Amino acid sequence: MSILEYNGAAMIAMAGDECIAIAADRRLGVQYQTVSCEFQKLFQINDKTFVGLAGLATDVQTVAQTLKFRNDLYELREDRKMTPKVFSSQLSALLYEKRFGPFFVEPIVAGLDASNKPYLSGMDLIGAPCFPDDYVVSGTCTANLHGMCETLYRPGLGPDELFETISQALLAGVDRDALSGWGAIVHVITKDGVTTRELKGRMD
Amino acid sequence: MDSVLAIRYKDGCVIAADQTNARSVLAYQHNLDKVTELGKHTAMGVSGPNADMVNFSEYISKNMALYEAMNHGSKLSVNAQAHYVRSVLAEALRKGPYQVNLMLGGYDEKTKEANLYFLDYLASMQKVNFGCQGYAGAFCLSIMDREWKEDMTKEEALDVIDHCIGELGKRFVIAQPNFIVKVVDKDGVTVSKFGADPNDN
Repeated sequence: MSILEYNGAAMIAMAGDECIAIAADRRLGVQYQTVSCEFQKLFQINDKTFVGLAGLATDVQTVAQTLKFRNDLYELREDRKMTPKVFSSQLSALLYEKRFGPFFVEPIVAGLDASNKPYLSGMDLIGAPCFPDDYVVSGTCTANLHGMCETLYRPGLGPDELFETISQALLAGVDRDALSGWGAIVHVITKDGVTTRELKGRMD
Repeated sequence: MDSVLAIRYKDGCVIAADQTNARSVLAYQHNLDKVTELGKHTAMGVSGPNADMVNFSEYISKNMALYEAMNHGSKLSVNAQAHYVRSVLAEALRKGPYQVNLMLGGYDEKTKEANLYFLDYLASMQKVNFGCQGYAGAFCLSIMDREWKEDMTKEEALDVIDHCIGELGKRFVIAQPNFIVKVVDKDGVTVSKFGADPNDN
């Protein structure tokens, strides 16, 4: 089993009409044994930026702590919040620094920029980014998630419709993957704030 | 081949571990204590090669004592202790990893809450209600899933541990004749029972 599949993960971020949604499963496993259904993989950086970290759990936690530190330092020095674009660049640089001994995480970044326009990025474990307009996925069932997102996604969805779309895509995607699932959480970010909901899915 | 079992109940945690010290086909001893005390209100059950288990446990417990000594007796919360253990494991991971898997459990005086953490050798950490390390998980997690409930009493938790130990004795191919069971609560860490006295040398 590849090291990126040791713990299991599935996540999606989607762009809507002046809103974004980011969703992830909650399983922490040790190969095929499930240890917990409450493992956190989505991290809020500031009001308008979220990062999802899929991959080896220890590196998810180490990278999340490092990103929080870097963000806090940025805010102290610059006296302003990091935009999602800057955050994504910082994360990419952080990962490439470890080019020959990488963090085994494949992150997705989702946020709203200064004019509340959605921003998405996804990168591999050494920080190679892409910046799609519609959705990004990561985890152990990316093929499933791509199929679901490609089918269900439409541009310009409002927060409630976006929530429904991303939830259905995630739940259907993880149900065909043994290593992900066991609970799911969705954050929807608009200019007015963040709404967090937990999904009731199959616990197997 | 070590088994570590742990359950969080209303006012504390029960941590149990087998007492066998073995390598390859040789068993060195059957009275090893694998549950290390960290300060008064926390304990961790550690599995792995004896060298790493002892070195790591002593390093952590001495650093906890140092913190208390340097900070006028102020104690770390269980959450802080677990994060510290994770940081030691994470830093060592890409230098010279400690091959230890552990269950860290304790009772927080301030919040009057019991907390239990699962940590593996890669430094993945998760707060849990119950957990196992080693092959024991394959047999015991489903028992704990079924029998754990919110606000259990100490007796109920000890019953579940006994049920798990019984199951391992019956169905696990590796014979683990002795288990040591410790309880961590507001009164500190007490040995509930052991198969063989660790001090008997």
